[in-house]
Amino acid sequence: MPLHPCIAVTMDVPPYRLSGTVYGALLNHRTALQALGDAAHRPPYNGPPQAPVLYIKPRNTLASDGEPVCVPPGIAELEIGASLGVVIGRPSCRLSAGQALEHVTGYLIVNDVSVPHLPYYRPSIPFKARDGFCPLSARVVPCSAIADPNALTIRVYIDGELKQTATTSQLVRPVAQLLAEVTEFMTLSPGDVLAVGVASPAPRVRAGQRARIEIDGLGRLETPVVAGAA
Amino acid sequence: MRVARVACAGAIHAAEPQQLADGRAGVRLTDGRSLAEDEVVWLPPLEVGTVIALGLNYAQRAKELAFSAPQEPVVFLKGPGTLLGHRGVTRRPAGVNFMHYECELAVIMGRSARQVRREAAMAHVAGYCIANDYAIRDYLENWYRPNLRVKNRDGATVLGPWLVDAADVPDAANLELRTYVNGKLTQQGNTRDMISDVPALIEYLSSFMTLSPGDVILTGTPEGAVNVEVGDEVICEIDGLGRLQNTIVGDALFGR
Repeated sequence: MPLHPCIAVTMDVPPYRLSGTVYGALLNHRTALQALGDAAHRPPYNGPPQAPVLYIKPRNTLASDGEPVCVPPGIAELEIGASLGVVIGRPSCRLSAGQALEHVTGYLIVNDVSVPHLPYYRPSIPFKARDGFCPLSARVVPCSAIADPNALTIRVYIDGELKQTATTSQLVRPVAQLLAEVTEFMTLSPGDVLAVGVASPAPRVRAGQRARIEIDGLGRLETPVVAGAA
Repeated sequence: MRVARVACAGAIHAAEPQQLADGRAGVRLTDGRSLAEDEVVWLPPLEVGTVIALGLNYAQRAKELAFSAPQEPVVFLKGPGTLLGHRGVTRRPAGVNFMHYECELAVIMGRSARQVRREAAMAHVAGYCIANDYAIRDYLENWYRPNLRVKNRDGATVLGPWLVDAADVPDAANLELRTYVNGKLTQQGNTRDMISDVPALIEYLSSFMTLSPGDVILTGTPEGAVNVEVGDEVICEIDGLGRLQNTIVGDALFGR
């Protein structure tokens, strides 16, 4: 399904445009799993994930750099889920970790916005799939410009103040291993985006504030936060 | 009206049902060609947008799975790689114990829907098709359950055969669903037993996300989902929507 034409993401490497499908990996940043602590071993979970746990940010969530995100009525704050987004270049099925990065065409910044929620037992569509809840940075940076996707610093600023510093070196499954494990059970297509993991605690924002995510080499992604209409 | 999307002789076509001169079921392409059902490749009957699926939306099914009926609809999403047309094949990985079909009414959105009340919801529906939404329960984990490894496998969400106009389905809340495995009836239910009916689902979903034309809602399955094995022919049938055929195949076909 083509990306909505109003989503402005420049891409100068094949396939030259995003497919419009964005996947995210739950709890793939060590800090996120650590934040759950012993709870991950107790009901309802009964243990940390054995395989990648993915979610989908559907097309209604996609938004451009600078586009405001709405805080729904009755909700105080949103979580800013800063993640490295891996952009797939070639059809990817059953990749080995050794070859997986050859199937990546580039990287961008994904702001995986959520209404704060627990538990993670059921899919949290009303918390993660709201309109505009997935801003993407303006440009896909070719993989040739990123030496090591597992060594990037992510910074989140709220109203200009640094609120979170994380690094992709702390992924539970580093980028290539994640791609290998995901493509064991589903094929990724050219232009698909995989957000590889959000660090915990994700900074929170209120209406009237402004979030900015920076990732080494990928530039910045600005997201103003506004109150949603009742 | 009912329309399929089929591939034939190098192009993709719209096709309508037509009985052939020899009595076989066939299709008529827009350009006038008539072909037997097995002379075309059946694709999902529309270019699908977001796929939204419901879990535990039939009370007896929830009971069968030892869950109480949910307070709020259990919703999950599916990606484009899992979609498959009529008469396709779906892979059952070697070594799994429980892979089952799920016959479901699929609702195809026609008009954009945002914060639509249930009274107005049905005006946003373009039509319906049958879905067979396979799951492999071996892969269930208790994180965002059921997760993509269970429900978003390649070619494991079958849609079709036809997109049937909403105008030709006078009461979507009273349709019999049946699944046959190798000709034997294994699942039977009626859409009247949905916990959240179609207007309620559109009201609920559109309360937090905009639904667009081409988005598809898979409305859940009744009880009676049983294990299928390699070689099984699975037919899902819904009153007025046709029969959706699929065959279970093994790893070898995929070079595994």
